[in-house]
Amino acid sequence: MSGIIEFRAVAKQYGDTRVFDDLNLDIRQGVTTALIGPSGCGKSTLLEFINGLQRPDAGTVHIFGQPVPALELAEFRQRIGYAVQGTGLFPHMRISRNISLLGELDGWSREAIRSRTRDLMALMALDESLENRYPHQLSGGQRQRAGICRAMFLRPEILLLDEPFSGVDPLMRRDIHRRFLTLLGAEIATVVLVTHDMEEATRLGEELIIIDAGKIVCQGQADQIQPDSEYLAKLFGHGDPS
Amino acid sequence: MSRLIVVSILWLTIPTALAAQTRPIVIGSKTFTESYLLAEMMAQLLESRRIPVERRTGLGGTLVAFQALLSGEIDAYAEYSGTISQVILNMDSDSTEGELAAALAPLGVDLLPRLGFNNTYALTVTRETAAQYALGNISDLTDHPELRFGLSHEFRDRPDGWPGLKQAYDLPQDSSGIEHGLAYQALLESEIDVTDAYSTDGDLLRYDLVVLEDNLEFFPSYLAVLVARTDLDTDAKEALSLLADRLDDATMRSLNAEVVVEERTFAEVAGAFLLGQGLITSVQAETQSLWPRLGRNTLVHLKLTGIAVLLACFAGLGLALTVYRSPSLSAAVLYIAGLLQTIPSIALLALLIPIAGVGQVPAIIALFLYSLLPIARNAITALLTIDPLLRRVAVALGLTEIQQLRHVYVPLALPHVLTGVRIAAVVSIGTATLAAFIGAGGLGEPIVTGLALNDTGLILQGAIPAALLAVCAELFFEGLERWLIPRHLLSAKISG
Repeated sequence: MSGIIEFRAVAKQYGDTRVFDDLNLDIRQGVTTALIGPSGCGKSTLLEFINGLQRPDAGTVHIFGQPVPALELAEFRQRIGYAVQGTGLFPHMRISRNISLLGELDGWSREAIRSRTRDLMALMALDESLENRYPHQLSGGQRQRAGICRAMFLRPEILLLDEPFSGVDPLMRRDIHRRFLTLLGAEIATVVLVTHDMEEATRLGEELIIIDAGKIVCQGQADQIQPDSEYLAKLFGHGDPS
Repeated sequence: MSRLIVVSILWLTIPTALAAQTRPIVIGSKTFTESYLLAEMMAQLLESRRIPVERRTGLGGTLVAFQALLSGEIDAYAEYSGTISQVILNMDSDSTEGELAAALAPLGVDLLPRLGFNNTYALTVTRETAAQYALGNISDLTDHPELRFGLSHEFRDRPDGWPGLKQAYDLPQDSSGIEHGLAYQALLESEIDVTDAYSTDGDLLRYDLVVLEDNLEFFPSYLAVLVARTDLDTDAKEALSLLADRLDDATMRSLNAEVVVEERTFAEVAGAFLLGQGLITSVQAETQSLWPRLGRNTLVHLKLTGIAVLLACFAGLGLALTVYRSPSLSAAVLYIAGLLQTIPSIALLALLIPIAGVGQVPAIIALFLYSLLPIARNAITALLTIDPLLRRVAVALGLTEIQQLRHVYVPLALPHVLTGVRIAAVVSIGTATLAAFIGAGGLGEPIVTGLALNDTGLILQGAIPAALLAVCAELFFEGLERWLIPRHLLSAKISG
């Protein structure tokens, strides 16, 4: 079974630390895949191989059946949404512009930008009144939802999420998860989610890939993996990573 | 971003529009009373013949004035034969006027007929000092090595000034340099005992000073002449030549004294003299009263600093954007810009004369160089300290390099950059007052004239508006920041 994202014999080293050595992995289209593992296991690096923020020392990464291009990366990246922990919303732009910047740069009409922004905000339960606020005027949870709206704006074929829901209190996080699943239902994209939270992984992920020390420990559909197995308990310390 | 463009365009067009005027005949002067007075006579003579005149007075020294003449910044000014032969042409001090004229001709300079008086150098002391040490001539000074000599900078450096004088009379004293405008004050307050003076200086009468006789006849003659560009209009030259042989030593000294002692304006004294000589039929109404002059000086000042700071904005920002990715290049740029900052402003202006001549261009270049450091430094620092997460996100979202700069990096750096521009503008407004020494005009002009006349009121006419202008610049940039930058970024500056 080949996927929309294919890692073949990927190796990466930082100084003396070897992060990956001959990693092979397929990520399937139209499915939410959760990459789980303790911090420092290399899961964020894997994500950054996909949008070309980092390059493997050896091996290949294929996306859409093509290797990650060396040039014209900007255009390529617009097909891949990206939302991260801490959101990285631009502090000098109002929320609506943060969300719609890519549409503006892509030459969308004012009306198209407006309606897309409103739709996304509604899906993520962001009140219209927040449009003209600056990021610092929003709560942590609102900012994270706005970050996801921004990543979804151009209807990317792949959405990369790097711990986008961490740092919010658990109740709030559950709410964001619900919103996010609604959004997925409406937009249908291939999602790669990096998290260290098993509960989040099982709630959002259809496919789970567990990584430890640069190796794939276990890969399978969410309902086939026993979160309370002995190995995982050791890995995540009773399923509570924090 | 669009607001930024609007501001830039306005900034560029306003001074340019102000500068666009037809060029009248420009009369220059150096920074002492007699030179101002002669310039005013020349100007009024021309004006009485309906020739438009611009006064560019207060040029800081012989070389500045002569360079201004050569480069066409001014068309004529009053000079002295001894200065021409020795300082400008490096010829013997006993060169004849014919020889001087012949040597000046290839430079494109005409020597107009002499005015009649001989304003040579002299050493002067207070009446008390003269009595105390029994000083009558320069030779008497050799017996009193304890006397303190405070001499004007130019005099100390000229071969026909202090070095030659010390040798000729075998004087035992050393000298210290002092601005000529401050020397008499220092003399009266016994800060110094001896200073140099011009023999027709009105201050000699004003302060009742004793001129020591040049008993060895060391000082060459300094016959006053007018020098003009060869390409100056013939009518203008003829008009200026009317001053030939009209002024003897005593006349000149008393005219000088009318200015410094009786505190009459250059225009009044010059006009009254010309009227008395029948050279003009009526004294022009006071050429410029306080407010228009103040307005003009302020506009010139704004133009100098505005253009310099704006150019420095473009250069500093461009430089910062070019080098900020490379720490070693950034360090090099900041090092060089810092080095420029350490050159004393008056020295930088002087260094620029051979390259850029005198007038507004070198002044703008100097102010530009000074403005570069604060702007480039703040821009580089701002770009280097942008939150790495924001950089990563901007790249990962698929923004091109230009889009990253335009929509993310530059707006985020803007608060810091504006602070740099603000510092540059305020510093420039202060430094630009020195530009009057190289004929750039501006609010330094009354300060320079005031120094020459020892006239505090005149100095304040430049100093107060310059200070107010600096305050206005502060307020302007504060407003600009509020307009261009979301409030939360102003207090927090740059953060995620």
